[in-house]
Amino acid sequence: MSSQNGFQFPETVRTRSRFRNPIGKFRVNRTDDCIACGKCVEICPYGVHVERRGQVFVENNYLCVGTECPEPCYKACPVQALSVRRNPVFDTLGDFRWTNELLASTWYMAEFGESPSAGLEYKVGNSGGGFDKLRLIFNGNRSRLEDIPDDDIDVSLELNRRDDNAYRIRIEVPVYGGGMSYGSVSVTTMVSRARAAAALGTLSCTGEGGYPDELKPYDDHMITQVATGLFGVKEETIQRVKIVEFKYAQGAKPGLGGHLLGDKVTPGVARMREAVVGYPLFSPFPFHSVYSVEDHKKHVDWIKAINPKALVSVKVSTPTDVDMVAVGSYYAGAHIIIHLDGSYGGTGAAPDIAKKNIAMPIEYAVPKVHRFLQEEGVRDKMTVIASGGIRTPHDVAKIIALGADGVCTGTADLVALECVRCQNCESGRGCARGIATTDTELSELMNIEWGAQRIINMYLAWRKELIRILRKLGMKSIKELVGRTECLVHLDYM
Amino acid sequence: MPSKYMIHTKPVPNRFEPVSRSGIIAWEEGCLKCAVCVKKRCIYDVYDKRGIDSRHMIESIDNLCMNCYRCVQNCPKELIHKSLNPEFNAMGDSHWSPPIIVRLWKQSQTGKIPVSGAGYPGPFSGPGFDSMWTDMSEIVRPTRDGIHGREYISTAVDIGKTPEHLMFNHSDTLEGEVPSIIDIPLPILLKMPSFGTISSNTIKGWAMGARRLGTFIALPMEKIDSALEDMGGWLMPLVLPKGTSIGNIPKNAKIIEIPWTEEWQGVVEDIKGCFPNIFVSIRIPMAEGMDEKALSLARGGISIIHLEGSLMSRFMDDNTRNLKDGIRSVHMKLVEENIRDGVTLLASGGLAMAEHVAKAIICGADTVFVDFPILIALECRMCRRCTKGLSCPVEIDTASPNWVASRVVNLIGAWHNQLIEVMGAMGIRDARRLRGEVGRAMFFDDMDRAAFESMGQVEEGCELE
Repeated sequence: MSSQNGFQFPETVRTRSRFRNPIGKFRVNRTDDCIACGKCVEICPYGVHVERRGQVFVENNYLCVGTECPEPCYKACPVQALSVRRNPVFDTLGDFRWTNELLASTWYMAEFGESPSAGLEYKVGNSGGGFDKLRLIFNGNRSRLEDIPDDDIDVSLELNRRDDNAYRIRIEVPVYGGGMSYGSVSVTTMVSRARAAAALGTLSCTGEGGYPDELKPYDDHMITQVATGLFGVKEETIQRVKIVEFKYAQGAKPGLGGHLLGDKVTPGVARMREAVVGYPLFSPFPFHSVYSVEDHKKHVDWIKAINPKALVSVKVSTPTDVDMVAVGSYYAGAHIIIHLDGSYGGTGAAPDIAKKNIAMPIEYAVPKVHRFLQEEGVRDKMTVIASGGIRTPHDVAKIIALGADGVCTGTADLVALECVRCQNCESGRGCARGIATTDTELSELMNIEWGAQRIINMYLAWRKELIRILRKLGMKSIKELVGRTECLVHLDYM
Repeated sequence: MPSKYMIHTKPVPNRFEPVSRSGIIAWEEGCLKCAVCVKKRCIYDVYDKRGIDSRHMIESIDNLCMNCYRCVQNCPKELIHKSLNPEFNAMGDSHWSPPIIVRLWKQSQTGKIPVSGAGYPGPFSGPGFDSMWTDMSEIVRPTRDGIHGREYISTAVDIGKTPEHLMFNHSDTLEGEVPSIIDIPLPILLKMPSFGTISSNTIKGWAMGARRLGTFIALPMEKIDSALEDMGGWLMPLVLPKGTSIGNIPKNAKIIEIPWTEEWQGVVEDIKGCFPNIFVSIRIPMAEGMDEKALSLARGGISIIHLEGSLMSRFMDDNTRNLKDGIRSVHMKLVEENIRDGVTLLASGGLAMAEHVAKAIICGADTVFVDFPILIALECRMCRRCTKGLSCPVEIDTASPNWVASRVVNLIGAWHNQLIEVMGAMGIRDARRLRGEVGRAMFFDDMDRAAFESMGQVEEGCELE
C-alpha cells in the first residue's frame, strides 16, 4: 500500500487479543454428540472451529457472527451437536457511546486491519444524538469512482496552511493521536502510539507530563504539549518536535485543569515532572499568564524564539463562544492548528458532572467554528482538528463533513489496546489491563510490538473505510469533504 | 470575606449490600485447579475480600468487582462469566434511573464527587435538564488559587427580599428599615419526600443533617413531634391553613410554608399576627396558571415563592413539560414585570443530580429543594413497595438519626463540591450571580436544529450509512 505521494503504509499483521478468551457477541456450544466430521471447520467463513489431532474444537467463539452467518454451522452439523446463542458477558460490556458492538468491532479492526464483515454494528453507537443520529448520504446518481485504486484516493492532510518557512507537515491519514501524558498512561502505551503514528505517517502527542526518552526515535512524529502545569516542559523538549500544542482546556474537564492522583506519581513520573513521589499533581486552570489573545501571542512568540520553524496548535474546549476563541487564536498569528476538544470525550479521570454537562459536544462546535471562520475569511489559513468522542471512521467522515479538516483520537487507541472502558483509570494502581497505569507490574501486561501493531491495524481499517466512503461520495480527496454538510442528514430532521 | 463554608464529610458505610449492575458467575465444574488461579491474580483482591452479608444472604463479590474482565478473559476453561443483574434495571423508573440511584448511594457513602475515566458514557441528550449544557471559560479564573483555594467560590444565597437600594439621611445614617433576609450557605434546602418508610428517627436525622449543613428541611406540620423540639430553627413547616393550628408552629421557626390559596393574604396576616418576624413562603404547583399566581404574590409583597414540580421533574398537570421550562417561564415573567429582585424563587421536583441544582439556578431559581435524594441517600431503591403498604427492603425506618444525618451531609457535601466545579468552569464565584445566566448555558432546542437541520436532502435512490 502506498499513498498518492508514494508514502508506504505498513502491512496489516494479524494481532490477536492479549487475553486467552476474547469476548464476542456469540457463543457456540458443541455437545458430546460431535463426531468430529470436520464439516463445521470446512464451512465456517470466520475460523470459529478448528480441528486438531482428529478432534474438533470451538476455538474462536468471538469471531462467530451468529444469525448473520451465510452458512451456519449449527444448521449444517449432521448430528446437531452445535448451537449458537448470544453471549451474556457481551451484554455487560459497553455504554451508550461506546456500545459493546463498537468495542468488539474496534477490537476486530485492531486484530485484522479490516472492518468486521458481519454481525457487528461498527458505524454508530447508541447515544441517540450527534454522530449516532447523523448519516452520510450516498447519492445513487453520483459517479462512484469504482475503478480507482485505493491508493489514488487521498486521505492525507497538510497541517501548515501558510506560505512561510515553517515546517511543512503532512499526515497520511486525517487522524493523529491526542495528548495522553506519561503518568496517565504507561510508557508502553505511549511508545506503542508513537510507533504506530510513525508507521502510519501521522503524529502522536506527549500530553502534559514530560517527554520520556523512549520517544526519542519518534521525535519527527511527536507533538509536545505545553499545558498549564508546564510539567516536563524544557527548551530541549520544545526543540525536539515540529509541532507544539498549547493546551488551554480539555473536553473531559473543561475549565477545571488536570489532576494526577498521588498513587500515580511513581518515581519515574516524579522525575519526569520534576515533582515529589506520591504527591498529587495539579495542573491548574487556566494559564495564569494568558487572559487575552495578546497574551496568547506572547506564548506563541516564546515558542517561536526557541523553535522558529515549529507549528503551533491550540487545544481548546468548546464553550458557547468557541467560534470567537478560534478566531482569536488565528489573530495571535501563528501557523495555527485549532484543536477543538468536545465535551464528551477524554481519556483521563474527570468529575462525571464535568464530562456530561460542561461545554458543548464536538458535533455542535465544529460547524459553528467552521462557519464563523469562513465568514471571517480565515478558514483557509487554519487547520481545524476535532476531538472528543471520535470513535469510528464514520465519526471521522461526519465531523469532516461538518467542517473539520482532521481529527484527534484517544479513547479509540486505548480500545485498540483492549480497554474495556471500565472507567477505573484512576483507582488504586491504575488500569487493571495495563494501559492507563504507571504500575510496573501492570504495565508489563502489554508490549510495544503488540500495542503498536494493534493501533496500526485499527487505523489501516479506518483508512480503508474512509476511502470506501469517499469513493461512494465520488470524491478523490478527503479535502473535498470538508464542510460538505449536504453529504449528511440528521435522522430527526429528514 | 466571611469564613469559607466547608461541608465535612466522612465515609459512612452502607447498611445493606448495594444492587450492582452486573454479577460474576463462576462455575466450579471442570476447574483445572491451576497453580495460579486467575482469581488469585485479581488486582483488586475481589475474590479474597468477598464476604456474605449474614442478614440478607447476599454476597459482596458483585459490588467489589471493578469490571476489568481479566478473570473472565484469562480462565483457561472459561468458567468465569459476568451477566447483567435484572434486579438492577428493575430499580426506579425513567427519571430515577438505576445509574442515578447507584451514584446517589455512592456519594452518600463516601461524601466524594463521582469521578471516572474514559470520557462520558451516557446518552447525547435527554429530557429536561439533560437537554442543556453549562458554559466554560478558556481564560477566566474564578479564584486565584483554584476552586478549593483560600479565595473561595461562594455558594451562599439569600432568602427573602433583598433591598433594591439603601437610603441615607442628611447625617449619613441609614434611613428606614432594611428588610431582614435569611442567608443560607448553599442554594439547597431539604424537603421531606412524599413517600418512603419514614420514621420519627428518619425525620430527626434529616433535621440534624439540615442543621449541620446550615439549611432547612421542609416538612408537613404534623410530622413535627417532640423529638424535634430543639430543631425548630432548622425546620420549614408546611402549614395547612385549615388543617393545622398556627399555634403549633415551633416557637423558634424562622420560616414556614403555606400552600397556594386564593385567600393567601388572610392566611399570611394571621400567621404574621402570631409570628411577626417569620418568613413565609407560598408553595404554588408548577401547572397551568402558575405565572399569574407568582406575579400576584410578588406584587402583593410575598418575598418567597416555591414552585413545586412533580416527582418526575415535570409539571404537576402535564407530563410533557419539564421543570426546567417551568422555572424559566416564571423567572422571565418576574423579570419582564421588573419585580424579579423582590422575590426569592425556590424550585422543587425531581432534582436528582448535582448538576440539576446548577441548571435549575441558571434557569432562574434562587434556591432549590432536594427531596427524594435524601431518601435514596438512605439506600432507598425507589421500589415504591412502601406506597403499597409493603415492607421496605432496606428498612429505612430503623436507621439511627446519626447515620441518616451523616449520609445526607455526605450527599449534599458531594453536590456542593460539584456545584463549585460547574461554577468554577464558568468563571463564576458567587452562586447569586449564577441565577438566570441562561447566556452561559447551551440548550439542545437551540443548538441541535441550528447545527443539523439544513443539511443534505434525502432523494430517491440514495443510500444512508
